[in-house]
Amino acid sequence: MQTNRDTSIAHLDPSSLPTIEAIEAPSSHTVRGDRLGTAAWVAIAWIAFLALLAILAPVLPIPDPNQSFVALARKGPAAGHWLGGDAIGRDLLSRIIWGTRSSFIVGFGAVAFGLLIGGMLGLMTGFFRGKVDGLITPLMNVLLAIPQFVLALSLVTVLASGAGVNSTRRLAVVVVGLGIVSIPLLGRITRANTLAWSEREFVLAAKAMGAKNGRIMVREVLPNVMPAMLSISLLGVGIAIVAEGGLSLFGVGVQLPMPSWGNIIAEGRGQMRNSPHIVIFTSLILFLTVMALNFLGDAVNRRFGVRESVL
Amino acid sequence: MFILKKFGQLIVTVILVTLFASLLLELLPGDPTEVLIPSGSDQQREDLRQELKLDQSFAVRYSTWLGNFATGDMGNYYTVSSDRPVSDRLWQSLPVSLLLMFYAQMLALFFAIPFGVLTAYRKGTWFDRTSNTAAFAMLAIPNFALGFLLQYYLGVKLGWFKTGGYASPSESPIEHFQYMILPTITLAVGQIAIYMRLLRSDMIATLQQDFILMAKAKGLKSKRILFRHALRPSSLTLLTVAGLNIGTLIGGALIVEVVFALPGMGLMLFEAIGRRQIVAFQSMVAVIAILYILVNFAVDLLYTVLDPRIRNANKS
Repeated sequence: MQTNRDTSIAHLDPSSLPTIEAIEAPSSHTVRGDRLGTAAWVAIAWIAFLALLAILAPVLPIPDPNQSFVALARKGPAAGHWLGGDAIGRDLLSRIIWGTRSSFIVGFGAVAFGLLIGGMLGLMTGFFRGKVDGLITPLMNVLLAIPQFVLALSLVTVLASGAGVNSTRRLAVVVVGLGIVSIPLLGRITRANTLAWSEREFVLAAKAMGAKNGRIMVREVLPNVMPAMLSISLLGVGIAIVAEGGLSLFGVGVQLPMPSWGNIIAEGRGQMRNSPHIVIFTSLILFLTVMALNFLGDAVNRRFGVRESVL
Repeated sequence: MFILKKFGQLIVTVILVTLFASLLLELLPGDPTEVLIPSGSDQQREDLRQELKLDQSFAVRYSTWLGNFATGDMGNYYTVSSDRPVSDRLWQSLPVSLLLMFYAQMLALFFAIPFGVLTAYRKGTWFDRTSNTAAFAMLAIPNFALGFLLQYYLGVKLGWFKTGGYASPSESPIEHFQYMILPTITLAVGQIAIYMRLLRSDMIATLQQDFILMAKAKGLKSKRILFRHALRPSSLTLLTVAGLNIGTLIGGALIVEVVFALPGMGLMLFEAIGRRQIVAFQSMVAVIAILYILVNFAVDLLYTVLDPRIRNANKS
């Protein structure tokens, strides 16, 4: 239920303090809920289930993702092959499960990369402000001056060109490329929240007690900034997984024969007329995963009363 | 003063972005000519090295590149047999991408505004909850997946729309729309959800203001209050999000063009990547990035014109 009963605590909400971002949507009425709710648990279960499948892929009783069964080519679901086969008769279920591996590595890996660097820079610029901020923030803004997908496409295209690029190397390039793109986005959110929390009395108290800057940042500010970082990271994982699909469409995503959700769809587009099940099944799983991640991001916002930031 | 400062930032950003674009060739592992003309002869390689000034410093290369770029020389497509200028095709593809984005934006606002306003007005009702759930789902649909599905079901199976290709609006307007309709829908779906959700939360806040109560007390009709009184203050928020959204919109347009074989910038990038034409790729990235910066700059200016608070905040 959406009610607007939190007006009394609005003045305590750090995000309602004015930040550098002068122009933002008025906070929509987020309600602090103590529980995550059933739907959020379903979303967590879905992500955990996929993660488990991805980890257990080598020991699951599924065919090799690159083994072709002649009779299965372009066929829909059949006995022993629940999701049917792809263009050259490889088991689609097996490819999707192995694809979950690369898609999750890309999604979580890229965001972890961005969070490590962007989060650290955001925390530092928001806390120290002044010269540090003046030096780093414009640099991050340059990365924001190129549309994100174009930036990712440029980095991956260039870094993955040349001879001797195998699937593993390509996977690493995609993770780093999308990770670099996410640095300024994650950095910006972290910085805005750090700015707001660094003004609070308990930070002043810690300073007055002589705590070192590093300790204040990590022990006082960071725990409060975490929910906002977590929420945007969850959205980011979904965006990165979809972005890998976009890169695959341009031929620079995860490289075949290593499957990813993106390259299964990109490869399956040619089979749309005869066997649309390839694109449909894979897209459905991609869709459900992104929805689950978005939902969890929202749930974290509600649970911790993070103000919804402008997308 | 404010405009001048903004303009200064604009120039600096454009320079940095072109620097990034020209760095792309430097980031290539190994000899760039190996990538550009893998089967070229030694003589052709040497010529290309001369032309791209590969034996000189990056500063020289960058200034040459920037000079050429600024005068409209976007480099060439290098094939073993011939070199063709990139700019020829670029000026043909750019309008296609711009039209696609424009249509998608119009379609998105056409649906998002009434839904955003009405869901805010009917907050908590069945209509509101259904619309919100739908918007939430729409946000999670990857645009390429939606594109393939629409292409197959509405284009191939039902045969309602054309599934790929393009006709220019000046030559055959009807065909133009037949080609554009599916790409536009594909691109607009996610945007509808974003605008609708945002407008809803903005409007809910506006509807609690005193001037709305006043309008109600005067006995104005709900429709008039909603669309005349309440929508206007939210237009700034919409503008902000439209501005922030352009990056996503550009990325989406590039992908949708590849799905529907629409000959815009996306398809050009796709071909350049497939044929390892990094020089052409550089120019396209630079053009897209500059366009993006210019639009953002325009949104910024528009914002200052529309909102007196920002104008005055920057004066003091």
